[in-house]
Amino acid sequence: MFKGTERKPFNDEKDLVQVQPSTRIILRSDLLHSYDKPPLYDVTIEEFETCALDRLRILAEIESSAARNRSWEELKVVTNAQCLKYLPLHATSAKTVDRDSQRKKDHLGHFVLRLAFCRSEDLRRRFVKAETTLFKIRYDGDDNAERELFLSSRDFNWIPVDAAEKAKYRKELLAAYQGAKNESVREQAFEGEKYYKVKWTRVPDLVEKRKVFLKGGWAYVPGKELSSIVFQEFETLLVNALELTARSLPRLDEDTRIVPILDNLSQGFLAGVPSEWVGSGDSTNGEDIKAEMIDDLAKKHFPMCMRTMHDNLRRDHHLKHFGRLNYGLFLKAMEIFGRILFISLNLALSFNKEYKYNIRHSYGLEGKRANYAAKSCQQLLMSGPSEYGCPYRHYSPENLQSALLSTYSSQGLASSDLPEIMATVKGSHYHVACTRVFEMTHSSFGVKKGQGVGDGESVTHPNQYAAKSMELYKAQDNSEVMVVE
Amino acid sequence: MTSEVMLTFYRRLYPFKSIFNWLNHEHAPTQLFTHREFAFTLQGDVYLRYNSFNTAEELKKQVCQLNPTRFEIGPVYSARPKDKKTVRPGKFTPLQRELVFDIDMTDYDPVRTCCSGADICRRCWAFISAAVQVLHAAIREQFGYEHLLWVYSGRRGIHLWISDKEAMELTDDQRRALVGWMTVVKGGNEASKKLNVRLNARSLPPALQAAVDRLRIIFPDLVLSDQNLFASTEGYEALLEQIPDPAVVSKLRQQWQNDPSRSSEDKWVNFKKEVSKYERGSAQRATLTAAMEDIILHYTYPRIDAEVSKHRNHLLKAPFCVHPKTGRVCVPVDPDRIEEFDPESVPTVSQLLRELDALGGKTEPSSETDWEKTSLKPYVDMLDKHALRLMEQVRLDKRGKGLCSGAL
Ligand SMILES: [Zn+2]
Repeated sequence: MFKGTERKPFNDEKDLVQVQPSTRIILRSDLLHSYDKPPLYDVTIEEFETCALDRLRILAEIESSAARNRSWEELKVVTNAQCLKYLPLHATSAKTVDRDSQRKKDHLGHFVLRLAFCRSEDLRRRFVKAETTLFKIRYDGDDNAERELFLSSRDFNWIPVDAAEKAKYRKELLAAYQGAKNESVREQAFEGEKYYKVKWTRVPDLVEKRKVFLKGGWAYVPGKELSSIVFQEFETLLVNALELTARSLPRLDEDTRIVPILDNLSQGFLAGVPSEWVGSGDSTNGEDIKAEMIDDLAKKHFPMCMRTMHDNLRRDHHLKHFGRLNYGLFLKAMEIFGRILFISLNLALSFNKEYKYNIRHSYGLEGKRANYAAKSCQQLLMSGPSEYGCPYRHYSPENLQSALLSTYSSQGLASSDLPEIMATVKGSHYHVACTRVFEMTHSSFGVKKGQGVGDGESVTHPNQYAAKSMELYKAQDNSEVMVVE
Repeated sequence: MTSEVMLTFYRRLYPFKSIFNWLNHEHAPTQLFTHREFAFTLQGDVYLRYNSFNTAEELKKQVCQLNPTRFEIGPVYSARPKDKKTVRPGKFTPLQRELVFDIDMTDYDPVRTCCSGADICRRCWAFISAAVQVLHAAIREQFGYEHLLWVYSGRRGIHLWISDKEAMELTDDQRRALVGWMTVVKGGNEASKKLNVRLNARSLPPALQAAVDRLRIIFPDLVLSDQNLFASTEGYEALLEQIPDPAVVSKLRQQWQNDPSRSSEDKWVNFKKEVSKYERGSAQRATLTAAMEDIILHYTYPRIDAEVSKHRNHLLKAPFCVHPKTGRVCVPVDPDRIEEFDPESVPTVSQLLRELDALGGKTEPSSETDWEKTSLKPYVDMLDKHALRLMEQVRLDKRGKGLCSGAL
């Protein structure tokens, strides 16, 4: 990974990734560009990675939505909120200065992810599904003018049905026309509807649901269903493009800077994309914190993984090296993002010296003085055995269930909640399981199913979990804040 | 069927050349034939997959050598199936195959009273006949395909092979969509579930309206008179379940309980009378009229084995194979005369061999065209005519393309 300290100056030639021989930037004028042209401009490694990561957050959220059984409307709300945060894209009509850079980010992110996800059949399938969904959401959210612009910007090869032909098949077209329950309202809408003909093979989804009239292999598509053709087209183009990319990818293998990024990105789907919970490293001031205080914090705010580490540490006064490192990094990041909590370096009064060293180490004060980022869910999932990894992944189903109950029953988790959690675990959606636990244990704060850690976001980082939890407590009762700045 | 009988059948009667023409679409071998998978089932249930051949002669030679109890036809792959082991996995994918349908009598068990399971008679064949009429019209009128070959499966079902270029090239997704469009009644245990096919308040999708209009004529003879499906308590209770009007249901039930011998025809008349008691144009009457249409669809609409149609790489028994249990040859069937078709009149392999024997020394054994002198002839002629139309189409398409590129 390319962290700030390792990165060379921006304009260092070596850091420029030649995505294509450097010509100048060409971007489509329409918002819903179909990614016809690869990036023909120079990008830095940093841009390369951040554009892709930000896009991946959104795609991972879209993918987890299926596992969380979100409705289309819920998915739209969540995705739009995420897009606003990580990948804003203003309409063509909007007069923002940022428009071109937004476009570039969108474009570049898409193409980097193509590289990352073209490499296996399974990844391609998932990427196509998530990207097509993102495309649909954007299309849905656009104003008519924007859509018109897009529809006229490319040739979709549909044949307008003239009034005479519409009259000829009036009975059939009307029977197949979906609309309001009220017959006269439906009929009125039908009269105003414009029809287009395409070969039925281009609208299989409409055919499967009998949403069109078919005659001699032609599907008569009402104007309001044209998007179906567009989505199908988008999907087909992307499938073909990914297969093409897969075949030309071996040439990229030589670039040792890009391949690790791609590897890392394609793993992002497993656990969602981590927010970078990097501490600033200037954590020298602060109050003493007693281990008992952490007990209380841990009980109220920690996700299962960190809770386990904390409990083990309290019980054994000992954690294995990686566990210590992870836990220390977590605590440190909590300090930064919790904003209400300062953990002193003297934290470990009751712990042994080695542990103290490790906390310091992870604070960047001792050892290599490296500025470590707290481990994300993705990293915890990748790491080995249960002691310092993700319990949802590493525990046996029996152990996980009893651990869940003993850890969270005081916060309202009941054994009747277990089947739902275990079902997501069984489907390998560990972060979804963790998110559900968060929702269940924070329902007294008004957190509802599907809200996740805010805006419907799934848990992708232990610190995100803890920070949100503390935020909820704080909002409810300021007096309960136990640590003062 | 002794293996000797089968061998003679393959040597002297099986129309390899006709099969080749039908699969290949042209006289000279193309990939449609050379990259096509053939799978053989040998005695003792040995199954040999991924065979392929360059010519009809090669196929015949292999068939006579292996003497399979039957063989199946699969898709056209991106490489020769016999080379499967030597090509890279990604390079061996199914590209084309006929769009196929399989309709089997067993899916009709819940709605037939004359036979069950593997048995079939002329009476229940009428269900298959209704299915063929509906499906044949739908495929042609709605999807515009023209090259349809119907083949009797040798026992209790029928297959449809569609060879139009577009149909050959359909992806699995598109095949699934087409099957979804066609499916109304799910087979097996789902068969008793209520239909859910109406789009708007009450109108049927136009495609199903066309089917109902066709089946409305068949329904009284087949379901009421011949199968007499609503005679038994079980039968009429199944009918009542599909009537969404509790008042009508309880009235009918009472009438029928009091008169156990009442025929299905009379019961249907009772039902219709109840419907007509509601005022024309009233909501109740519209609901019941719709229910009547749904009932007709439920009992007579084609019951398709969806899995067969959805995947390009599904194997299907080749026409003119012999059914191992009945000995009947899987012959093509003329959809326009489907109502006259009697599965029990289909020639069996032993009958054909007897016909050959009767010719005595008048013919050279192993001749290419021995079938001409037997009752297999009209069926082979049917396939030949079908293949000829297909080849003519391909010739025209090619010439059309040639003209276009010439003009450029
Ligand atoms: Zn029968």
